[in-house]
Amino acid sequence: TKTQNFCRNEYNLTGLCNRSSCPLANSQYATVREEKGRCYLYMKTIERAAFPRRLWERVLLSKNYEKALEEIDENLIYWPRFIRHKCKQRFTKITQYLIRIRKLTLKRQRKLVPLRRKIERRENRREEKALIAAQLDNAIEKELLERLKQDTYGDIYNFPIHAFDKALQQQDAESESESDAEREEEEDDDEDVDKREFVEAEDSELSDFEDMDKLETSSEEEQEEEEEVEKKASHSKSKGKTPLKGPARRKRPYIEIEYEEETEPSTKTKAA
Amino acid sequence: AGDGSGPVPGDGTDPPAPERVLFPPTFSVSEIKNKQRRHFMFLRWKQQQRKEKLALKKKRRKEREALGDKAPPKAIPKTIENQRVYDETTVDPNDEEVAFDEATDEFAPYFNRQTVPKILITTSDRPRGRTVRFCEQLATVIPNSHVYYRRGLALKRIIPQCIARDFTDLIVINEDRKIPNGLVLSHLPDGPTAHFRMSSVRLRKEIKRKGKEPTEHVPEVILNNFTTRLGHSIGRMFAALFPHDPQFVGRQVATFHNQRDYIFFRFHRYIFKSEKKVGIQELGPRFTLKLRSLQKGTFDSKFGEYEWIHKRREMDTSRRKFHL
Repeated sequence: TKTQNFCRNEYNLTGLCNRSSCPLANSQYATVREEKGRCYLYMKTIERAAFPRRLWERVLLSKNYEKALEEIDENLIYWPRFIRHKCKQRFTKITQYLIRIRKLTLKRQRKLVPLRRKIERRENRREEKALIAAQLDNAIEKELLERLKQDTYGDIYNFPIHAFDKALQQQDAESESESDAEREEEEDDDEDVDKREFVEAEDSELSDFEDMDKLETSSEEEQEEEEEVEKKASHSKSKGKTPLKGPARRKRPYIEIEYEEETEPSTKTKAA
Repeated sequence: AGDGSGPVPGDGTDPPAPERVLFPPTFSVSEIKNKQRRHFMFLRWKQQQRKEKLALKKKRRKEREALGDKAPPKAIPKTIENQRVYDETTVDPNDEEVAFDEATDEFAPYFNRQTVPKILITTSDRPRGRTVRFCEQLATVIPNSHVYYRRGLALKRIIPQCIARDFTDLIVINEDRKIPNGLVLSHLPDGPTAHFRMSSVRLRKEIKRKGKEPTEHVPEVILNNFTTRLGHSIGRMFAALFPHDPQFVGRQVATFHNQRDYIFFRFHRYIFKSEKKVGIQELGPRFTLKLRSLQKGTFDSKFGEYEWIHKRREMDTSRRKFHL
């Protein structure tokens, strides 16, 4: 295949380096170029060959495609066919790409943000160190055990007998030391509960609270069935986490009443 | 030869180093020109240093035991978490202002159980294989979520449509060179928008010793270490992604752990072996996030009101200062 060179002259019509399309080799030449979205027809005639400053004559073409083609025709009347044809072709191409530019600017454009290598490296290193410091597995296990101790899972897991006993002992000790007034104060804030969840891992977390709500019902179920008032007391104050049970406790009177009604008929039937 | 004392290894068998090696005062290991000898001397010097250190430790321990109860308390090693610059926006558990704010902010309906979360997960234009798979896996982890592909749609137009269809949250995963590297989390009915930088994304097949697929049960949520006001709001954003009532039958837990401003996400299945031991098995994808900016309204890069932007020059000056 025959290869062709590109012409580096900015006034070239076709872009290839040929004898017929070289602006330097032809004394009568024309091009179409665009500037800032407007197309111009540039013409060079032999009469102005001695005046380099006035060599290229510029004509603004209309924005209307057909009209512009007519203008090219009338400006390049009596000019060689080749130049006229190529000018019109070039003009067509230019209008097409201008249309595409305008369409693209309306769409979302991808903004390229350069990364800074030093900063990327620094952040990666810090992330690794943070990962090591986090000890995720331990933290998660601790948190889950905490929740188990806090009875968020209710009756699902059967073993926490030791935990119950321990909790009982601790809470008995607490109940002797705590006064009712304290408890009432802690019942106050509903929102107190929400906040507490986001503090350090040692405190209970959000779903703790959600589970608490749901859980109060299930734990009370147990209580009623087992008929242990002690347990009720112990559940009501987990060590130091009473605020959590605040709102639930407020709701508790309603729930208690419900369950009492439920169990009564059963006992009645049993008796009968 | 001015080697100092000690046998020179010429025969391959080194006699054991003497208890106390005496070097003449002007001797330095690095001055020996012969590499083998220098190496040998250096090893001997190292051994001696180690012995001295061990002896010092033993002595200290004996002293401590000898003192018994009167011994000074053990020194706590300094960690970055210990030395953290105290942040004035740290949330105090009993803070009423914070409590009031949280009762009235955009997440209040979620926490009052009026709304059920419904999530829309999407990507930037033309997602590549890794991102697509990551989106799918994320959709299995978060219950009640849907993945939709973005075929050149503008976010500003998607958002009103989402609100009309009752979505509560929008997640956009930004992709660069075929890997996901950014996450935009937006709470929909006019809620805050958080933009994160996402790194070290591991898909399920890349995690070692992983379990089976995550099931459809609603997982529990663990949020660790979100202490400041900013951390608090971000934590609530994450919590609002998951439905309120976890199904304990599923035994799945999603963890967002904040450490030094990096939020690590993990998804595990746990099992209680006894009341003191729990085993966890990682399923599900994992990734880390770093907060870049928090906007008050929904996603709007030009006119949005930014609540917090990470400014590198101002905020990265101290190694002990963290914002979340």
